[in-house]
Amino acid sequence: MILDGKCPTGPIQQSWDKHRQDLKLVNPANKRKFKVLVVGTGLAGGAAAATLGELGYNVEAFCYQDSPRRAHSIAAQGGINAAKNYPNDGDSIHRLFYDTIKGGDFRAREADVWRLAQVSNNIIDQCAAQGVPFAREYSGYLANRSFGGAQVSRTFYARGQTGQQLLLGAYSALARQINAGSVKMHTRREMIDLVVVDGVAKGITVRNLVTGEVESHWGDAVVLCTGGYVNVFYLSTNAMGCSVTAAWAAHKKGALMANPCYTQIHPTCIPQSGDHQSKLTLMSESLRNDGRIWVPKKKGDTRHPSEIPENERDYYLERKYPSYGNLAPRDIASRAAKESCDEGRGVGAGGYGVYLDYAAAIERLGESTIASRYGNLFDMYEKITAENAYKEPMRMYPAPHYSMGGLWVDYNCMSNVPGLFVLGEANFSVHGANRLGASALMQGLADGYFVIPYTIAGYLATITPGTVKDDHPEFKKAKEDAQNRTDKLLAINGKKTPTEFMRELGKVMWNNVGMARSEKSLKEALQIIPEMREEFWKNVKVVGSGNDFNQQLENAGRTADFLEFAELMTYDALHRDESCGGHFRTEHQTEDGEAKRNDEDFTYVAAWGSTGANSAPELHKEPLKFENVELAVRSYK
Amino acid sequence: MNLTLFVWRQSGPNEKGKLEEYEAKNVSPDMSFLEMLDEVNEALIKEGRDTIAFDHDCREGICGTCCQTINGQPHGPHDGTTVCQLHMRQFSDGDVIYIEPWRAKAFPIIKDLVVDRSALDRIIQAGGFTSASTGGVPDANAVLIPKPEADLAMDAAECIGCGACIASCPNASAMLFTGAKVSQLAHLPQGQVEAAARVCAMTEQALKDGFGNCTNHYECQAACPKGIDVKFIAKLNREYIKAQLKGA
Ligand SMILES: Cc1cc2nc3c(=O)[nH]c(=O)nc-3n(C[C@H](O)[C@H](O)[C@H](O)COP(=O)(O)OP(=O)(O)OC[C@H]3O[C@@H](n4cnc5c(N)ncnc54)[C@H](O)[C@@H]3O)c2cc1C
Ligand code: FES
Repeated sequence: MILDGKCPTGPIQQSWDKHRQDLKLVNPANKRKFKVLVVGTGLAGGAAAATLGELGYNVEAFCYQDSPRRAHSIAAQGGINAAKNYPNDGDSIHRLFYDTIKGGDFRAREADVWRLAQVSNNIIDQCAAQGVPFAREYSGYLANRSFGGAQVSRTFYARGQTGQQLLLGAYSALARQINAGSVKMHTRREMIDLVVVDGVAKGITVRNLVTGEVESHWGDAVVLCTGGYVNVFYLSTNAMGCSVTAAWAAHKKGALMANPCYTQIHPTCIPQSGDHQSKLTLMSESLRNDGRIWVPKKKGDTRHPSEIPENERDYYLERKYPSYGNLAPRDIASRAAKESCDEGRGVGAGGYGVYLDYAAAIERLGESTIASRYGNLFDMYEKITAENAYKEPMRMYPAPHYSMGGLWVDYNCMSNVPGLFVLGEANFSVHGANRLGASALMQGLADGYFVIPYTIAGYLATITPGTVKDDHPEFKKAKEDAQNRTDKLLAINGKKTPTEFMRELGKVMWNNVGMARSEKSLKEALQIIPEMREEFWKNVKVVGSGNDFNQQLENAGRTADFLEFAELMTYDALHRDESCGGHFRTEHQTEDGEAKRNDEDFTYVAAWGSTGANSAPELHKEPLKFENVELAVRSYK
Repeated sequence: MNLTLFVWRQSGPNEKGKLEEYEAKNVSPDMSFLEMLDEVNEALIKEGRDTIAFDHDCREGICGTCCQTINGQPHGPHDGTTVCQLHMRQFSDGDVIYIEPWRAKAFPIIKDLVVDRSALDRIIQAGGFTSASTGGVPDANAVLIPKPEADLAMDAAECIGCGACIASCPNASAMLFTGAKVSQLAHLPQGQVEAAARVCAMTEQALKDGFGNCTNHYECQAACPKGIDVKFIAKLNREYIKAQLKGA
């Protein structure tokens, strides 16, 4: 089927304003009659729930943590982009739009990206009004820094904790609505199913993580803001609880999953130290502003970095990409690191690391300036590695970080299942095949504060509120299915723990579906994953009961979903017989090893429909049209 | 290294709990404390025994989910560190480690090391915000903020809401937590309008939930993984007196 993104036509500069004008409204007195379920309260969900509450809708919000303040958005370090052009260095909405489309390797929808760039400015205003303590100059004006993939300084930040401060802003707006009674918050709840009645989303099934009880919640619309899926690699920069579970449940109930193979591997993370490792820690991309990346020129050089003279070091990013240097986009920087290590020039134990060196910056700016810019990151590095980065270079290696793919949505952020909206990292919409730094926070807040409040009205205005409630048989069925699955997991009583399965799956995904993929590696993964899944359902061991707080059961459920999702992701990677952005097929590269797109055959969004367990997914295509930028070879040289 | 652990086990809020002994074997100094507990749990699963429940999520010291009292110290022996960032190189072979949940009247135990900290959310809900609805706000650069004030606001805003300040306080006072939010907003022009109402509402809510008063022990600052300064308690008190004088 050919999908329609329902993008507005006409000049792109006016597209969002015109669309807003054309959208239907819900009369203020009627808003409270509509119940909206917001699943996830990170930046996207927190902003959406707060704003919909302010508008007068009857909102119920859900998260799996004990408080909405703990969503994984909290971990974002570096910053948030906006086209304010405060530094007067040539930025504009058009430039942010262009950089994002190009950064995404021409695999995103123009209209969505334009809107994102347009509302980016409102986000900064909104957050400042909430009391987000952004970094300031001595003049009292807001400070900016630069980030990868851009030649202007458009990134706003709050020390090294931008995500924390933005999330706490959204959380406080949400707290205000909870206090006002317009939002009801359900914490420690995990969504495990979407309830669809006559093809329309009408509610969710959640597990109460404290009591184990399976609960039904009805709503006139469901807004999924449940974040990304890169924990499919097991080791990633995401929080331990991040999962594909909610999105996968929606997929199994009919929602299309778009471009699942587009995953981002972040170039600067602390290398793995052993098999016990449970997660990887990111070091913000902002570090690349002042740090220089290098490896020894010689293979297998085990000298201490201070003993390697300047002329025996290879500053490979500066060498290969002179105009962007250390600020080359993430996919490019990650692959370059992998290449250096694969050539045997990696550093540290195991040889999977590159140096990120501050010696020159410290000499130029002084240690105190570096400490004020990156102090908390240097501290974090020392806690984990016991090494002092003021004295010796950091060691870095790429790690799975972000999912550009996600549930398919149209321009209104509505999936193909009417009534189901998807925001933030959980949808596929704006980053194409690679996301630029400081643009995920921007997207989450754009979707939550400035898009959904308009577009959801366009849908709600066409339906009658409260026609389906949780006494409908579909709710009962979903509840029984959930209970059966729990009983089944607990009854297997096999030999391997959920974590062991997740580790194994992660290894396969990293080796075969990671930074470099080939037909051979992907076909091999497609062989292994179903076998693993089969073994899981025969041999997993889940201790404890289904009627209380049971983290092993949570783990097992998430692992089971990842074991299904991983196959679709691999399938998508195999089908996309080109390289683009973070999706690097070794068969398709230029002479100097850059990703080689195939625009003729692949300028489309691949949105997959579920056809049931163990049967091939069905491909739907949404052709991508580029009317405002020219499809070009992405070059950062 | 090999360690002996005494871990608080309690199957539910109304059950009786007790310390139980476990062995942690072949622990690598590069492991984080939680990874060490992961390994203990993996071994328990193999024996078919119920695993030790503990809260955690980001494992990078920022979400504030992890919360354990280790050898009597919330978040353990390393200064300025959450449990998830505590590494085993802080311990030595043969050590005996006591692991307990946060203890405070306002934090009922859910299971083992997991407690209910929703009282902290209620303090924020009472007034820890500016009433800036989405849209209709001025350009961000229309309101200038002197850098020193912005920096102070940020110092206060670094609080991760873990509750270690309360767990370490003999009175289980939430004044460092409350003071951090009140001070953040009091240092910014955007927070001025509602300052008096905010400090009164938040303080009242803290008392309602059973948090105690501050009697200057300063254990909170020592336990805080983010080093939030007790000067924000003084600021809270000043803001409170100011509000009382205004009759808010
Ligand atoms: C370490 C790190 C650093 C980053 N730095 C930056 C940066 O500097 N700039 C930038 O722009 N981006 C950055 N990012 C990316 C960015 O932080 C995320 O993409 C973004 O915050 C995602 O927001 P979200 O609201 O979509 O999802 P999240 O913040 O992940 O929120 C997901 C929400 O969904 C809930 N949830 C999930 N599953 C379920 C379920 N089944 N049932 C119920 N609830 C559920 C969770 O409880 C949570 O509330 C970084 C990411 C990481 C990991
Ligand atoms: S798990 Fe997030 S702070 Fe420790």
